[in-house]
Amino acid sequence: MPAISLAKAPQPSATDPAQIRNFCIIAHIDHGKSTLADRMLGITEVVDPRHMREQYLDRMDIERERGITIKSQAVRLPWRSGIDGKEYILNMIDTPGHVDFTYEVSRSLAASEGAILLVDCAQGIEAQTLANLYLAMENNLKIIPVLNKIDLPAAQPEKFAAELAKLIGCEPSDCLRVSGKTGEGVAELLDQIVAQIPAPQGDANAPARALIFDSVYDVYRGVVTYVRVIDGHLSARDQIQMYSTGVRHEMLEVGVISPEPVPSKGLGVGEVGYLITGVKDVRQSRVGDTVTNYNNPTKHPLAGYKDPKPMVFSGLYPLDGADYPLLREALDKLQLNDAALVYEPESSAALGFGFRCGFLGLLHMEIVRERLERESNLSLISTAPNVVYNVMLDDGKAVIVTNPSEFPEGKILSVEEPIVRSTILAPSEFIGVIMELCQQRRGVLLGMDYLSEDRVEIRYTLPLAEIVFDFFDKLKSSTRGYASLDYEAIGDAEGDLVKVDILLQGEAVDAFSAIVHRDKAYAYGLMMTGKLRELIPRQQFEVPIQAAIGSRIIARENIRAIRKDVLAKCYGGDISRKRKLLEKQKEGKKRMKMVGRVEVPQEAFIAALATDADIEKAKAARK
Amino acid sequence: MTELSFYVHIPYCIKRCGYCDFNTYTPNELKDGASLETVSGDYIDAVLKEIDSAYLEAPGKVPTIFFGGGTPSLLPGKDLGRVISAIKQRWSVDDNCEITLEANPDSVDENKLQSFRDSGFNRISFGMQSAAPHVLATLDRTHNPANVERAVRSARNVGFSSISVDLIYGTPGETLEDWRASVESALALKVDHISAYALIVESGTKLAGQIKRKDISMPDDDLMADMYLLVDSLAQESGLSWYELSNWSKPGHESRHNIAYWKNANWWGLGPGAHSHLDGVRWFNVKHPNVYKSSLFEGKSPIHEREILTPSQIADEGIMLPIRMREGILRKNLSQVQQSNAEPYTRSGHIDLEKWGQGTLQLTPQGRLIADRIVRELVV
Repeated sequence: MPAISLAKAPQPSATDPAQIRNFCIIAHIDHGKSTLADRMLGITEVVDPRHMREQYLDRMDIERERGITIKSQAVRLPWRSGIDGKEYILNMIDTPGHVDFTYEVSRSLAASEGAILLVDCAQGIEAQTLANLYLAMENNLKIIPVLNKIDLPAAQPEKFAAELAKLIGCEPSDCLRVSGKTGEGVAELLDQIVAQIPAPQGDANAPARALIFDSVYDVYRGVVTYVRVIDGHLSARDQIQMYSTGVRHEMLEVGVISPEPVPSKGLGVGEVGYLITGVKDVRQSRVGDTVTNYNNPTKHPLAGYKDPKPMVFSGLYPLDGADYPLLREALDKLQLNDAALVYEPESSAALGFGFRCGFLGLLHMEIVRERLERESNLSLISTAPNVVYNVMLDDGKAVIVTNPSEFPEGKILSVEEPIVRSTILAPSEFIGVIMELCQQRRGVLLGMDYLSEDRVEIRYTLPLAEIVFDFFDKLKSSTRGYASLDYEAIGDAEGDLVKVDILLQGEAVDAFSAIVHRDKAYAYGLMMTGKLRELIPRQQFEVPIQAAIGSRIIARENIRAIRKDVLAKCYGGDISRKRKLLEKQKEGKKRMKMVGRVEVPQEAFIAALATDADIEKAKAARK
Repeated sequence: MTELSFYVHIPYCIKRCGYCDFNTYTPNELKDGASLETVSGDYIDAVLKEIDSAYLEAPGKVPTIFFGGGTPSLLPGKDLGRVISAIKQRWSVDDNCEITLEANPDSVDENKLQSFRDSGFNRISFGMQSAAPHVLATLDRTHNPANVERAVRSARNVGFSSISVDLIYGTPGETLEDWRASVESALALKVDHISAYALIVESGTKLAGQIKRKDISMPDDDLMADMYLLVDSLAQESGLSWYELSNWSKPGHESRHNIAYWKNANWWGLGPGAHSHLDGVRWFNVKHPNVYKSSLFEGKSPIHEREILTPSQIADEGIMLPIRMREGILRKNLSQVQQSNAEPYTRSGHIDLEKWGQGTLQLTPQGRLIADRIVRELVV
């Protein structure tokens, strides 16, 4: 077997860079990256077969359940090449596959010399994979195209090999064929990694330079920083320094992941591993920063990364107001691990105290919410997501709006909103429905290309606001799940945007205010007033529900006054039952939110803010 | 002398009506192929045993006895009479005692009614429900509307001093005009008392199943409200005034037994599933007649569950029950907060403004329709 036992393999800190290969895997969710990674762990024997479990590298429950990777990981795999019989060290840098985490992907790419482009040969390449592929090509990474799941009956390796060859400019026969499930072709893939991906190059005698590509908070160890050494050497005895802050840190531990942490004497040129310095906050060990020796610091930092910018905002409120401090604590904790998450306190007349949170995108938002609920046992309401608007007032003042209820009242000169360039890949039979959907969302067609006979790449510019709410769900449902979407921000553009307020008995309910295109204001007003009429129980007085732009009413519904709320019978045997019901209702009353004199059940807020897809999901969960 | 009312549960029916979830059984459900006589024969014996234990705990005067069910009128007068006699043997029962029988108009003729009178009954309440055949069919009732008139006439002939009919409104398919006709035909019988209940769909009933399957659908609350206001005004016009949310009577013909419930008086419920209240303690018996019988015959208590009311529960009941009555609640018994929570309802026409000014919270017809909501405002 070409596996080498860990003890006999080249040791960290003493491995010749010529023996090292650093690679990452670019793949879409579901295309089998984690399963392939599992096979690699198995075949290189770094994980004992008795300890093997599925998606070994995905540490969070959410990752495993959803089959996605959120944080990157780096694993050291010893391997004896089947081609030249020599020993090598392969560092696999696992990457997230979702558009929201592109910045994480770019980090992994910068730490590697090569990338495996992994594509499910029953589905073909997806939009996000394509985006990451282009990113890898821009970074001059060696691309190894790999078709996965060749064991599937629906596999079409020839078709998709042709598609990949066209995309990266190689021959279809260059595409390797593997099955992560059966392990077929995995050893050959490892051999090709050795053969095709260049060894890292660096100056072992220069002052140390190591790129931080991830930084993770661990409850027991504090911050664990993942680095790729470019030049020099980091030793367990060294004091290190973060280039950007100049702060000195003691090195408590240095090591490699294989795939559990294994302390080592140090890390040399081209090696990938981890550092523990005792800091408690990931921001002190910032991703993209350069780690150097304190006593012999470098004068030339590495290029680093752009800071991720939140694109989507939403208010998060605890269902039970008393949980507010708990929510703050949970957000603080989460931020230790997720530098992209931003939040600040806000209060809503309708929902009480909460936080306005900024996210990289919708999946990021969903995952943060899910982690908050799961890891801190909170029940949350989130407001409809919105983007950031730049509002220019008549008096020349500019206002940045991250919460629709803060949209300025006065004379407005212009409103700018973020625009994205989106790429949609889908079978060509869906061109019509996709174009229709994009047109409805104020999209402008940029172009369309056939990837193969029956698959197209459609490019649109779209206002981000048009895709943050339910675009992806709609796209998926109208293409039977076949379409994939990627987008990148390309700047801001002026739009004819207005704020629509929803009023209950004349009082605006901040949680329902929305900034929409003028042409869609009426439809939004109609939809929201209609929804609320169904959701808010009848009160003892009539309650008008209005949608308004400024003082102009654009839609109106009425909740008629309640006329009957009584149980007609109350005899001896009914009394206890009726009193118990009353006691329950007393509790229920506490969960009512008062909007002026109108009692609104919390469920009404949640339901009104939910998308159709949320409602479907909730229904499915009940079944 | 302390007072104790009695409720006597007769858990038998010939068949179960589609809307009913009461604790009642057909003889077939209890014993294969058994007749009513065989299953109920020793039932009365068991009730008499429970009476013995009641006497030990709560002696005194008995102002009212009420036989409900089930269908008490299915049993022979002399069987029911054994219960009345047993009570009379142990407690002080004077001529003034109101002794009510719930009766199905189909299961009585003049002879049978006479036997009930002979056993001591002086008040009778007929389950009329509706005069519209299609409504009765939906309710799964067996009786012919014409039987009601005959039964009421016979009851009067044999000397019942107070006659009541029960009506149900809001049955699927029932129109306001159907309801008007039912109320008018009930009032035309010159009864002393009527009860009118909005139909409640209880889970697990045949009716609930039909609604769930969408075979039929419930009328909306607005129609129900109109039906309530209609019966209230028609009854008033005929000289029957409301004294509780769902009850109207000629003066002096109020059901004193039911008033005991709403005034939180002491009563003992005899029979399976029957509820009792004694000085702030509520309990109820095991539900199944066979289990009830065997417990008593084995000398064990038939009580299934008991609760001792907390001061806050007593306070809640002190709002929830009297608010249903014409007498209402004295303002001086309400806290400042309760009074200020009630205030808006005096302006919206749900609480009688004039009475409020005179120191009493009394609901208007519109207010009675949202009584439960007003109670929720007051029990904060």
